[in-house]
Amino acid sequence: MLLGPSLAVSAILFIIGVIGVLVRRNAIVIFMCVELMLNAVNLSFVALSQVHGISGQVFVFFVMTVAAAEAAVGLAIILAIFRHHRTVDLMNINLLKG
Amino acid sequence: MSLVDLLPLIGPGDGQGPALGPVVAAIVGLPMLGFALNGALSLLRPAAKSWVSVIGPGVLLASFALAVRVFFALKGVWHENPDRVVLVTLWSWLPVGPLQVDFGFMLDQLSIVMLLVVTGVGSLIHLFSVGYMKTDPGYARYFAYLNLFVAFMLVLVLGANFPMMFIGWEGVGLCSYLLIGFWFTEKANADAGKKAFIVNRIGDFGFLVALFLIWRVFGTFDFLQVFAMAPAHLPVGGTLVTAITLFLFLGCAGKSAQIPLYTWLPDAMAGPTPVSALIHAATMVTAGVYLVARTNVLFAMAPTSQAVVAGVGALTALFAATIGLRQYDIKKVLAYSTVSQLGYMFLGVGTGAITAGVFHLVTHAFFKALLFLGSGSVIHAMHHAYHATHRHDDPQDMRNMGGLARYMPVTAGLMIVATLAIAGIPPLAGFFSKDEILAFAFGRGAQQPVFLVFWAMGALAALLTAFYMARLLAMTFFGENRTGEAERGHLHEAPWIMTGPLLVLGVLSLAGGWLNLPEFAHALGPVGMLHHWLEPVIAGGDRMAEAIGTTPALPHGGAEAALIAAAIAIAVLGLALGWNVTRRSALVPARDAPAEQGFWRVLYNKYYVDELYDRLIVRPLVRFSTGTLWKRVDQGLIDGAGVNGTASAARALGWLGSRLQTGQVGAYVIFFVVGVIVILGMVAWR
Repeated sequence: MLLGPSLAVSAILFIIGVIGVLVRRNAIVIFMCVELMLNAVNLSFVALSQVHGISGQVFVFFVMTVAAAEAAVGLAIILAIFRHHRTVDLMNINLLKG
Repeated sequence: MSLVDLLPLIGPGDGQGPALGPVVAAIVGLPMLGFALNGALSLLRPAAKSWVSVIGPGVLLASFALAVRVFFALKGVWHENPDRVVLVTLWSWLPVGPLQVDFGFMLDQLSIVMLLVVTGVGSLIHLFSVGYMKTDPGYARYFAYLNLFVAFMLVLVLGANFPMMFIGWEGVGLCSYLLIGFWFTEKANADAGKKAFIVNRIGDFGFLVALFLIWRVFGTFDFLQVFAMAPAHLPVGGTLVTAITLFLFLGCAGKSAQIPLYTWLPDAMAGPTPVSALIHAATMVTAGVYLVARTNVLFAMAPTSQAVVAGVGALTALFAATIGLRQYDIKKVLAYSTVSQLGYMFLGVGTGAITAGVFHLVTHAFFKALLFLGSGSVIHAMHHAYHATHRHDDPQDMRNMGGLARYMPVTAGLMIVATLAIAGIPPLAGFFSKDEILAFAFGRGAQQPVFLVFWAMGALAALLTAFYMARLLAMTFFGENRTGEAERGHLHEAPWIMTGPLLVLGVLSLAGGWLNLPEFAHALGPVGMLHHWLEPVIAGGDRMAEAIGTTPALPHGGAEAALIAAAIAIAVLGLALGWNVTRRSALVPARDAPAEQGFWRVLYNKYYVDELYDRLIVRPLVRFSTGTLWKRVDQGLIDGAGVNGTASAARALGWLGSRLQTGQVGAYVIFFVVGVIVILGMVAWR
């Protein structure tokens, strides 16, 4: 039932997320793009559970849990970076280099 | 169960001796044990001298006692079956494919002779050392080294194959180095040790090359197999056998101090005097003679090599004797005398008269050990006299001696016996052995006239030998005493622990000739005992010599009588000349002595050979090593291109890699995404 379109939407969402991570410099925006990629994957999980059984849907809960934890930690890190640098532009955060 | 009862356990014909195994192992192992114990004592309890005095000579005496028992046991065996060789294989040492080398010992008539000489003379010298080294702080270390030396020397003479012999060969070289530099706090002594070691390396190179050649030709290192295979495997007089024997002789020239490698031996006198007696006169330096005697089959197959051996021997005998004429250090005279006498031995074995060479080896071990220990006794007395008055004159310089016979009659008497023996006055030991060598050299002259030249050189060297020995006696023991007014009263005879071994050696020097009496002296006792004894060992070489017609024809009748008369006349003339010249010359203590003049100066400075070697070899080598090898090759190539080059290359690569680490998260993500796409693409289009 609508497997093909669902997967297509998922792929498009994922690619938007990747491009967002690649081209944006604001840490918050990049973070949101990462969330977008996660949810694109969630969508494909749900879609494919029609074919492969319920375990795909169970996986989605795990992904959401991890994403929530990640959001907490990630936002805390971004907050710490902002306090330190007064900016969240990742172009300026390049201390760790060879 | 006694040893003799155990002997029947030796299987007939197979030559395996399981019963003798532990005994032979003990003969070699006891000195090794002594080394371990004395070495431990020297490290942990340097003051425990009484223990060392028991262990050091004790292990040697025990070893000697076992050797005597083995000798008597085997004498019976060999009486019935002279060709039986007792092999004692302790374990397999190098089992590498076709290369099978056993850690094994071989007892035949030759190795028994060497075994008895090494342990017998060694025991006497160990006993002497107890007195001589009594006050030395390195007493335990000294006996540790001395024991180790004997252990290695026994490995050398008992080894059943070339590599075993090589272990002993290198081991005695090491001990020689350690003992020459025994008083290493003085740089000259340490340098002398180093010189001995380095010069011997040149000889060892020859020995090793010979070993490789032997392996290439025979595919085995076993003495018995090599000697059995040699006549069939090598053409007589061919290049290969000549090369093998000449390389072996290069090793001998190093170890036995022959021209051109003799220079280390006089310097080796820097060690304690008993060491000079044991290592640098009686045993180690005769290893080369033993090697030629052992490989007599190979040498018999190479007449050219024989001529080289005999020629180098004769030349060395003459050359070293002339230097001995004008030395003042009592030990230096004896050192050059040793070089000269070793030359005689090589003249003997080079002529093919193996028995004569070994005979002279044995008698020389007796009288030269006696001479060295006697000089040790003299030096001991002189040292104490100078020590008592805190005077810093050379206690070894004969110009500071004179008239010592009054203060040390036992030493003087025994030194006279040894002098007569080495000069060749009948019926002492040296007469018979030296005469035999010269007679054989003369006899071989019939086939190869060049041996007549060698004979003449040997005879002239005999004259010089008698001369310098008479000079030594006259300067040391007779005439006015030149030690000094205050010191004279402190001169004294050595304690009994030192004179005792001297007495035994004196008896041996007197009677050593009876080991191998020549035909004309048959009235004195059994003729040619040593020759008959060694016959099974040298039979291979003798057969070969007969086949190719190089057996020396001993002169008979009138010629023989003339030779003997000449030998005696030479000895008497040399002694008389040496005595008269020395007694008439004005002798003054070393500090007042005028500089040497004319040719005497050349002799006094040993023909400047050391200086020549220094200019021609040592200094160019040092220059090459410093300028090229050190500065260019080591610092430039190895340090520069090798070590630092590798480091620079690693750093350059690291720098390249570090350019990828920009610190920009975005850049990393791009790499990551590109990587994922590439991998997914590979999976999809595989």
